[in-house]
Amino acid sequence: MSVKKIVLLLLMVFPFIGNAAGDQSEDVEFNPTELINSHIGDSHEFHVFDWGGKSYSIPLPVILWTDSGLVCFSSSEFHHDNSGQHIVEKDGQKFVRDSEIIYYADKYASMSEDEKGAFNFEARPLNFSITKQVFSMIMSVIVLLLLFTAMARSYKKNKMAPKGLAGFLEPIVLFVRNEVAIPNIGEKKYAKYMPYLLTVFFFIWINNLIGLIPFFPFSANLTGNIYFTFVMAFITFVITIFSGNKAYWGHILTPPVPKWLYPIMIPVEIVGMFTKPFALMVRLFANITAGHIIILSLVSLIFIFKSVAISPVSGLFVLFMSVLEMLVAALQAYVFTLLSALFIGQAVEEHAEH
Amino acid sequence: MILAGIGAGLAVIGAGIGIGRIGSSAMDAMARQPEIASKIQTAMIIAAALIEGSALFAIVVALIA
Repeated sequence: MSVKKIVLLLLMVFPFIGNAAGDQSEDVEFNPTELINSHIGDSHEFHVFDWGGKSYSIPLPVILWTDSGLVCFSSSEFHHDNSGQHIVEKDGQKFVRDSEIIYYADKYASMSEDEKGAFNFEARPLNFSITKQVFSMIMSVIVLLLLFTAMARSYKKNKMAPKGLAGFLEPIVLFVRNEVAIPNIGEKKYAKYMPYLLTVFFFIWINNLIGLIPFFPFSANLTGNIYFTFVMAFITFVITIFSGNKAYWGHILTPPVPKWLYPIMIPVEIVGMFTKPFALMVRLFANITAGHIIILSLVSLIFIFKSVAISPVSGLFVLFMSVLEMLVAALQAYVFTLLSALFIGQAVEEHAEH
Repeated sequence: MILAGIGAGLAVIGAGIGIGRIGSSAMDAMARQPEIASKIQTAMIIAAALIEGSALFAIVVALIA
């Protein structure tokens, strides 16, 4: 390997060296709510395993944009503190972390209980950290890039029917084109939107599947993060707005009803414009999060009852739910793509004669 | 806390009834015309997913409360 590749590899591994930090935990009561919240939520560390009562996790970089510039440090500086006790000082600024949210230390000290939260923007620096879910997203992006560039290259080399990777992915791509894009967007205009629809479909599917794998480095629950699904729905919304043609805006602003109904119809149509992506967002978030909560609750049953006899029953239930969740993973990706194609199709539809 | 559970349960009643009806009419249609059974199945799954979506709205509200 060339020197450049070796150096780049070492740089990638460098932040993670020597960071298996132990945790001084006493023998606490098992708290299923806390376990579930820590699994479905985001985190600045990547929990790998527990050994002998201590938890070993890989600390991920914390990247903050403060009023005086960029501040980066490893989350191991918080020393596993998640309740605002430990103050980290960098470049003359102090930070604390409470429930995986990073605040300025001085503003945090004077905050009351209900002011704490993700939306308190004066007390928080902008947080661009590589958290567990961002790491998972980057990983799935790399996997998708590798898969699809390999597939595209194999088409150039092999002029006959595709084999191997391309042979596996081609029916799925054709499915998205023939069953989702063309029926909803139409023969003439679907080609422009195919890259977006394919991206959405495979990205959501692979992130759902990654969230189902319970061990490091896969267990991050990215599609169960409402901010992530918000951005996905927002992108669909923006595409719909920008591809809306005159007929689309005509139907929203001058719906084909008697004029005296306009004061009712126009607000309804405009609100309808926003509720459709909102439903996309909540549907994906709630489906995936609910599935994870169910699986984690069934596993927690073993620890709540503290009996080995529960484990085969719980294990069978968890197996069943996991298979169902695999179906839900593909189905939710399909439904998201289908509805995006439907909304885009409504926006670009030629005016049909009534 | 308890009322959140009751709210979620009520929402699931609605979803259960709705998806049950979809399944039942899908079966009727497949029995009448077995050759388009796969199209009916696809449509059934899509409709079930959409209804599940609205039931999950209620679950999300129950979780937040």
